[in-house]
Amino acid sequence: MSDAGGGRATRLEERDRPWVMRTYAGHSTARESNALYRKNLEKGQTGLSVAFDLPTQTGYDPDDELSRGEVGKVGVSIAHKGDMHTLLDGIPLDEMNTSMTINATAAWLLALYMTVAEENDVPVERLQGTTQNDIIKEFLSRGTYAFPPGPSMRLIADMIAFTVDAVPKWNPINICSYHLQEAGATPVQEIAYALSTAQAVLDAVRPQVDDETFPRVFGRMSFFVNAGIRFIEEHAKLRAMGQLWRELGRERYGVDDERFLRFRYGVQVNSLGLTESQPENNVIRIVLEALAVAMGRDARARAIQLPAWNEALGLPRPWDQQWSLRIQQILALETDILEYPDIFEGSNVMEGLVAELVEGAREEMAVVAEHGGAVEAVDYMKTQLVESHRARLAKIESGEQTVVGQNAFTTTEPSPLQQGEDGGILTVDPNVERDQIEAVRHWREQRDEPAVRAALDELRGAAEDDGVNVMPATLAAARAGATTGEWAGTLREVFGEYRAPTGVDSAAGADDAALEEVREKVERVSEALGRRLKVLVGKPGLDGHSNGAEQIALRARDAGMDVVYEGIRLTPSRIAATAVQEGVHVVGLSILSGSHRELIPEVLRELREAGADVPVVVGGIIPAADAEWLREAGVARVYTPKDFELTKSIDDIVDLVAERHGAAAAA
Amino acid sequence: MRDRRSAAARTAVDAAELGRRLREGDRTAAPAALNAIEDRSQAGRDRARALLHEISPAALGGEARAHLIGVTGPPGAGKSSLLSALVAAWRERGRSVAVLAVDPSSRRSGGALLGDRARIEHDPRDDGVLIRSTAAGSRLGGLAPPTREAVQVLAPAYEVVVVETVGVGQSETDVAEVCDTVAVVVQPGSGDVLQFLKAGIMEIPDVLVITKGDLGDVARRARRDLASALRALGARETPVVTVSSIPPPTGIDELVQALDAHRGVVDVKAARTSARRLAALAEFATEHGESGLRALGGRREALLLLEAQDAGLEVPRLVEALERAARQDG
Ligand SMILES: Nc1nc2c(ncn2[C@@H]2O[C@H](COP(=O)(O)OP(=O)(O)OP(=O)(O)O)[C@@H](O)[C@H]2O)c(=O)[nH]1
Ligand SMILES: [Mg+2]
Repeated sequence: MSDAGGGRATRLEERDRPWVMRTYAGHSTARESNALYRKNLEKGQTGLSVAFDLPTQTGYDPDDELSRGEVGKVGVSIAHKGDMHTLLDGIPLDEMNTSMTINATAAWLLALYMTVAEENDVPVERLQGTTQNDIIKEFLSRGTYAFPPGPSMRLIADMIAFTVDAVPKWNPINICSYHLQEAGATPVQEIAYALSTAQAVLDAVRPQVDDETFPRVFGRMSFFVNAGIRFIEEHAKLRAMGQLWRELGRERYGVDDERFLRFRYGVQVNSLGLTESQPENNVIRIVLEALAVAMGRDARARAIQLPAWNEALGLPRPWDQQWSLRIQQILALETDILEYPDIFEGSNVMEGLVAELVEGAREEMAVVAEHGGAVEAVDYMKTQLVESHRARLAKIESGEQTVVGQNAFTTTEPSPLQQGEDGGILTVDPNVERDQIEAVRHWREQRDEPAVRAALDELRGAAEDDGVNVMPATLAAARAGATTGEWAGTLREVFGEYRAPTGVDSAAGADDAALEEVREKVERVSEALGRRLKVLVGKPGLDGHSNGAEQIALRARDAGMDVVYEGIRLTPSRIAATAVQEGVHVVGLSILSGSHRELIPEVLRELREAGADVPVVVGGIIPAADAEWLREAGVARVYTPKDFELTKSIDDIVDLVAERHGAAAAA
Repeated sequence: MRDRRSAAARTAVDAAELGRRLREGDRTAAPAALNAIEDRSQAGRDRARALLHEISPAALGGEARAHLIGVTGPPGAGKSSLLSALVAAWRERGRSVAVLAVDPSSRRSGGALLGDRARIEHDPRDDGVLIRSTAAGSRLGGLAPPTREAVQVLAPAYEVVVVETVGVGQSETDVAEVCDTVAVVVQPGSGDVLQFLKAGIMEIPDVLVITKGDLGDVARRARRDLASALRALGARETPVVTVSSIPPPTGIDELVQALDAHRGVVDVKAARTSARRLAALAEFATEHGESGLRALGGRREALLLLEAQDAGLEVPRLVEALERAARQDG
């Protein structure tokens, strides 16, 4: 940035190197995903971003009851080191930069990755990449946790303390503000909760490493951030995070080496704002959101992955993902954004925005601290997120916030993009699950069983002793050929299971004229039924994206219904038992993982067997063809992201109940 | 006309059938019976009457076998998590368990989010466990009549029936009206229960439970403080049990024993008779309001009138007695 004139340089002497470009990808089997990765690298992608399926993320083998319908669905199924070998076949691990979206089972997947490197004679010191490993946001938003908070934090601390020397180029954790925004966080909440989480993690690791090592630990912390459509403010958010992070490093942890104080982050831009109606508009949203994290040099992302235009419709196809990769390449290589120093330096507007956010975030961080830190404040933060999300939805419903193509300018030509034979989305071969079940059984038969048992016993011993780092025992189990479900199952035995707070119990009530009308109808129908209209909101399967279910539950309550909501990850038999025991009038199921074709009929069957004669409605990301199919299977109503007016949906459900329970006159 | 009568006759038969199944310990009848009890329509009330008649002490040949336990305490004290551990412990001992979780929230919308169930882990395929959530609704103080009747409906079919309510100072009085044994749940570091006990606002419970024992020192301190308050009140016999509900659970066996011990000494017949009378009073007050009570000469008079009735009468019959008296006096 030298400038002979003494003023600010207008141009960089040398154009900046582009960020790492990735595509969040993976589905079905390790073999298919490997082929996809190789192809993506050929197309100019410069890093890998591995999407795992929900059983792998939550620590179940493909043949577990809870895995039904989810194997290979939202990502690749990795059950043991053999799968990992196949996944990475032919990819140079000493050169690749691999990001893994893995949290509860991060220690295990890293161990598998390291084992594959070892067995290919790649020194693990050379491995570069990231394990997401942020469990607090799983409790708050994403739902793929496996163990209670205490033991989960210990696993994270063990991993960080282990990798700082053993795999020094690895980012053992990627603190996610991304999913907080997806769950409804405002920019201030996003900053405050992510930094509070980072603080909780650092506090947990501190006792495990010596003072000399700790600054390096601080330096290895990285973040995974979201960027929404208000892209100027979003850029300010990133600058604010950088400022607060530096402050935290200096003041709380005494780090003063500049290299370690830099705020390092990767990005996936916003999916929450992508619409099902006129989905082609999403491309424009994605471009603008990418600008937020690319345009200002002082707060530029180190790695970017962009969602696909059709995410609200179903799973994206390779072509859809390619389109998103091309956005990155055009931004980095055709435009001039990499040619200048920071373009916002000296901007009063930007500085003002940053100052506002910093101040707001400091206040909110103080509230979290009063609760005893991020782990203790999970309940509090969850409730705040549920409320923010509701406020956001209310603005869209009322039209106060414009969403082009959804609540404004809805007149449209039919989209040619959706007219192909596949309806514009990817469908996963339903045989994948069966094949994976067979494969994992075969794997268990051919391995050295006593060695696996011994390794798992050692793992149990390590887990029981707080003073022992679980990573060495985890690596030993990976090498011996244990499976994902065995590793997690062993730890579940020691740590116990957990259900995260739903955040809806104490969320405040809402009101408006439309709701008032529905409320009166609920009163009339309840009167006719003899007791208050009661609904069960259920999330079957392993999918943890609970915000839709939470918002429906809240709205139903505000409309005057009694609402039973048990949170995520319910088996069909549990949903049926609850429906019967609670005597509900209607069951609402929310499902976003794409496994509705497997799980919904199962719930219907369990309900029938349990003798529950109640209508079932389904909401989620459900392609039109599947909606029809579900109705034929006996689902009374299907709601998709197009039905963004929740009050309307609730009203529709009240009519349905009235009709089915012979109280139609009252409605 | 004929149609309607046959429909009414059919519901009476259905309800009687449900009652008969409950009397025989058929737990699959419980959810439908609870639906019937909650139904406030006239037809529903008739059904409830027929049902309760089938499980009256006279029909059962005595009081129902269940141990009726009230679990109450301040919000967030750890009641539901504790029930998770207790349910498992009772199931290990082969006892069937029903939990009635009463949500205290009262909202203008009339609706409620019933969240306790989520915290009570259990095997959904195990028909020895039933959990039912109900909203306390707009009723201020006291348990709603349907909750009182629900306890009676479940008592013949389950070995343990638990009522979880929230509050301090009043909630334990409410559940005491309905249950054989009252356990008050306190979390370490919150002083309200201690203050209420000392000030005599709160009746001394049958069992005191300190949750979150895993928190260590604060839990030990809470235990000391409560024990000394009990001594000062001359109730040193009251068991104080410290538990931890998160894995590995601790203190649960001791708590099961303390609850059993209390059940061993309580006069069940007197407790149940009183529960029915108070339920009848609550039901009458809900139906006829303050003016109804005035017609009887007030609450005290009404209770005296109830005490004069046969101890084995079921609630609807007691309500009828009150209604008759009100008509005569009024
Ligand atoms: N550390 C610890 N936390 C616990 C224990 N039991 C419950 N908790 C936590 O305390 C909080 C409240 O627990 P609940 O079981 O829902 O308490 P509750 O009394 O039923 O709450 P309400 O029904 O809302 O009044 C939750 O966050 C639990 O995880 C325990 O033994 N130890
Ligand atoms: Mg509770």
